[in-house]
Amino acid sequence: MIELIYLTILLPLLGFVINGFFGKKIGNEKVIGLIGSSTVGISFVISLLALIETINLPVEQRTNVVELFTWMSVGSLNISFSYLVDQLSLVMALIVTGVGFLIHVYSIGYMHGDKGFYRFFAYMNLFIFAMMNLVLGDNFVVLFLGWEGVGLCSYLLIGYYYDQKFEKGTVAQAAKKAFIVNRIGDFGFLLGMFLIFETFNSLNFLEVFSQAKHLTGAETTFGFIALFLFIGATGKSAQIPLFVWLPDAMAGPTPVSALIHAATMVTAGVYMVARASIIFASAPVILAVVAVIGLFTAVFAATIGLVQTDIKKVLAYSTVSQLGYMFLAAGVGAFSAAIFHVMTHAFFKALLFLGAGSVIHSMHHQQDIMHYGGLKKYMPVTFLTFIIAAFAISGFPGLSGFFSKDEILWFSYANGNFVYWLLGALTAVLTAFYMFRLVSLTFFGEERFSHEKYHPHESPKVMTVPLIILAVLSVIGGWIGIPEVFSGEHGNVFHNWLAPIFLDAELKLAYYGAHSHTEELILMAISVSAALLSMYGAFKIYTQRREIAEKFALKFKKAYKVLLNKYYVDELYEAAVIQPIQKSSEKFLWKIADNKLIDGVVNGTAVVITSFSSVIKKMQTGVAQFYALIMMAGIAAILFWIILSL
Amino acid sequence: MNTIPIEYYLLISAFMFSVGVTGVLIRRNAIVVFMCIELMLNSANLALVTFSSFLGDPAGQVFVFFVMTVAAAEAAVGLAIIIAIFRNKLTVNIDEINIFKW
Repeated sequence: MIELIYLTILLPLLGFVINGFFGKKIGNEKVIGLIGSSTVGISFVISLLALIETINLPVEQRTNVVELFTWMSVGSLNISFSYLVDQLSLVMALIVTGVGFLIHVYSIGYMHGDKGFYRFFAYMNLFIFAMMNLVLGDNFVVLFLGWEGVGLCSYLLIGYYYDQKFEKGTVAQAAKKAFIVNRIGDFGFLLGMFLIFETFNSLNFLEVFSQAKHLTGAETTFGFIALFLFIGATGKSAQIPLFVWLPDAMAGPTPVSALIHAATMVTAGVYMVARASIIFASAPVILAVVAVIGLFTAVFAATIGLVQTDIKKVLAYSTVSQLGYMFLAAGVGAFSAAIFHVMTHAFFKALLFLGAGSVIHSMHHQQDIMHYGGLKKYMPVTFLTFIIAAFAISGFPGLSGFFSKDEILWFSYANGNFVYWLLGALTAVLTAFYMFRLVSLTFFGEERFSHEKYHPHESPKVMTVPLIILAVLSVIGGWIGIPEVFSGEHGNVFHNWLAPIFLDAELKLAYYGAHSHTEELILMAISVSAALLSMYGAFKIYTQRREIAEKFALKFKKAYKVLLNKYYVDELYEAAVIQPIQKSSEKFLWKIADNKLIDGVVNGTAVVITSFSSVIKKMQTGVAQFYALIMMAGIAAILFWIILSL
Repeated sequence: MNTIPIEYYLLISAFMFSVGVTGVLIRRNAIVVFMCIELMLNSANLALVTFSSFLGDPAGQVFVFFVMTVAAAEAAVGLAIIIAIFRNKLTVNIDEINIFKW
């Protein structure tokens, strides 16, 4: 099945073509939904078979390249459309197609009756196509193709309700914001690619990485490459300073938020950093930058998440925060922990978003959690799955989030330092708090909505079954990565599976921390008990003693306001970047450079030519004989000249 | 045999050509201008034949045939144009045919 891996990319493209071009004619939602989901489902099966085949191969043969055709060949630049099937890309491909398939099925129920039903599925399939190119591409150019493709699909799907209002602006503006912020990151990524080609004379992963392994002493070059690539990652994966687009991306339909802005696309940056681990490992300074940015983003976004009242906004900031975790892991050299968290996060965050979608669906698109409450009894399946996901993300022992988060925290201490661990654990506490605030306000307490207006009800089976499957995955998904301290001699299965990919990077980083298991257990106990306490506190406060929260907000009014307004980052960017650009565009680029300079040059040229021609046009009398005379005179002159020069 | 020197031929050819040019430049009647063009063509033919004869190279005479062919075609097309113009403007005075100007 490995050599058939290209089918996992072609099938979603086929789905896109069918639904995109003929969807309107087909019209039948069942057929469109079936085409959209089954293409992704079959891709998942193929990926799964490829995984099984790879598992059966000996370790050193697990990296396979499936070459399709040469894309471009210019000088020493040789780009072929080929796909790299190895441990890392298979994990990513399974996440993308697996979670993607569930979300496609869910969307059949969620988007039921929407006028753009076929358009939605066409875009979703196009997204899967682009994402599969991103994770399976065997060189930076195919990766970049997917990278831009998912950006485009993200834009299209955020702007899906293009004719509606969103917060202060419109949905179209939110989509545009996401696209433009992503472009800023892409600029960095492109520069990184150029520098890679300049340095290694190749853009193929295997060639570049094997060269990078042996290249020593070029720390500045590596530093710049890593920095540029990381700028690209901050754009795509919503890290400081380019995270501002992700909260606005919630303008899209909720399954889109689940698929693109939680489970898959936003983790592309983490995947890319993990894929280029050897480059990052060769630039320790930038690797530290990655860790610090990730850590700050994690804390920063988690604090904002504490006070938001829009259910999707809370989840959006939670996603930003969890992505920060992944970069923290990558930044301390624990690349497999980062990918592990990508996987578990895909399960529980997709579940959270889909659960939120189920709530929003039944509450007629009311998204304010202050207008929810007591929904537990109306939608038991959604409630049950949602709370499982909330437990998972909060790191409840035994669930998937616990293993991945704990591994990251452990490595941030073992490979990093105590401050990393402390801030990471703080984020875990904050995460537990805002998640249970969300759960309490939505599903518990008194009902704060009018029964005349809202009739909460459980969602149809087509929506709840994916929720249940994801809930099961959120519980057991972490069991493949049980750390050594619990599993004993086998070690961490997931870590061992990915180890060959990150071996070179880990050798180069050479962390040989001599930390005992006792230390690990103590730290784990501290962070877990703090998180549990925080969960309990949030639950108590928001179900029974809401006045405590209100008093707290009043007491720290300023801090509360800052958090509610998301640290004024949007306003800061507006004032520091957007306004100056707009003003200077208007005052200088438009009124002076364009109107005066460029128009002046163009019009001036025209004026000069007009005045010149008004003189010489008099030569054009319209009398043919006059023209003939001039011609004759010319011939005579030339003849004279020739004769005289003989 | 006493042959006529080449200069004579060439002079008469040059003379004919000059008459043709002058006619093209100064006459007003399109038919006459047209005839003057024929005169120029024929002066060139004369020069070609002269050189062909004096140099013993038949290529010049072959060339003349081509010129005559072109001249015949040109006469047909040119006369057709003059007739078309006459039908439109009821004149063949080329001073009055001057719509191609600013």
